Amino acid sequence: MNKTIKLKIDGKVIPAEEGQTIVQAAHANGIYIPTLCNFEGVKPKGCCRMCTIKINNRYMTACTTPAADGMEIENNTLEINDIRKSIIELLFVSGNHFCPSCEKSGNCELQALAYRYEMMVPRFPYTFPQKGVDAKSPKIIKDQNRCISCKRCIKTIEDEQGRKYFAFKDRGYTLEVVLDEEMAKTMTDEIAQLAMDNCPVGSILKKEIGYKEPIGTRKYDKKPIGSEFEV
Amino acid sequence: MAKKVIATTSLAGCFGCHMSILDIDERILDLIELVEFNKSPVDDIKKFTKRVDIGIIEGGCCNSENVEVLKYFRDNCDILISLGECAIMGGLPALRNGIPIEECLQEAYLDGPTVKLNIKKVLPNDVELPQLLDNVYPCHEVVKIDYFLPGCPPRADLIWDALVALITGSEMDLPYEVVKFD
Repeated sequence: MNKTIKLKIDGKVIPAEEGQTIVQAAHANGIYIPTLCNFEGVKPKGCCRMCTIKINNRYMTACTTPAADGMEIENNTLEINDIRKSIIELLFVSGNHFCPSCEKSGNCELQALAYRYEMMVPRFPYTFPQKGVDAKSPKIIKDQNRCISCKRCIKTIEDEQGRKYFAFKDRGYTLEVVLDEEMAKTMTDEIAQLAMDNCPVGSILKKEIGYKEPIGTRKYDKKPIGSEFEV
Repeated sequence: MAKKVIATTSLAGCFGCHMSILDIDERILDLIELVEFNKSPVDDIKKFTKRVDIGIIEGGCCNSENVEVLKYFRDNCDILISLGECAIMGGLPALRNGIPIEECLQEAYLDGPTVKLNIKKVLPNDVELPQLLDNVYPCHEVVKIDYFLPGCPPRADLIWDALVALITGSEMDLPYEVVKFD
């Protein structure tokens, strides 16, 4: 068995196993640290910065930082929460996130984080970038307007031989997550559903579903994201 | 206590937010005890007749008339509220952002699949018509907006709570269920 260590989050001492990340330790102990690009089962990469925390006056990502004995962590503070809110706001203005017309609305993690951190309006100006929609594949629609480049589809969606369906194209400002056209032709319904479920926003949609669940019954209609972790 | 004065308008919106104001149901009887309406589609007053305490804006700015009305509201209201997604971020009309105006008009009046009656193939060009803006703009990118109530439409409870808080000067609590973007 791994050695048990102790760390402090917002003044509360919690136990953790050596090798756990801070996010894992916090969630196991009823403390929520918001994540977006992080996905259970894949190696964290800390690109969205949603899980920003403060350790010894330094900003770190809780999904990539291993828990260490004696750590003192600031998590649910005004300062940290405002940083997180500003990250959500940046994501909203840097894409085209039209919640009222989105099929994923109510089940969207980005939207749910905006609800949790009470985003009324982004503090940044909207950019309305020009992006396309790829509907060529028989099973799914890839809407670039809503993509936040979290890489979750690239990391988790592959066929039985381990070939990936999604990949990054270009670099920098023009970077996009694209679908392999050849592989998309043979995509199964199960893989398409998994791709849609693993996408935190409405960028990957399974075709011929549309608005499935009525308002009031969707995942984040009644309970904030993260409440499943909190005690 | 003198009644607070409220004005409302719908810019590039669908009047859904106004319907949501009416959706406060019988509380509207309490509301008219607390406020009087000035310029608003509710009472059809076209021009401000006095200084207004709370101006409620539905819809973003898609043409020159929207901008003019919005500035008119800013000049005459102490507090301005952006009500609904369109006022806050442009909403569905902003889906045209990035598409050249010429292309939009072409599609709407000449090439669209439902265009049947435009035999002379003209685009609307009367001088009385407001000019379309290059993009649809959120209200707070045109004038200073004091408060934002999101939703499509904003829940009636959210509108009610916000108005009561503003009128009585009390703190507003935001239950999780009432702040939604759809």
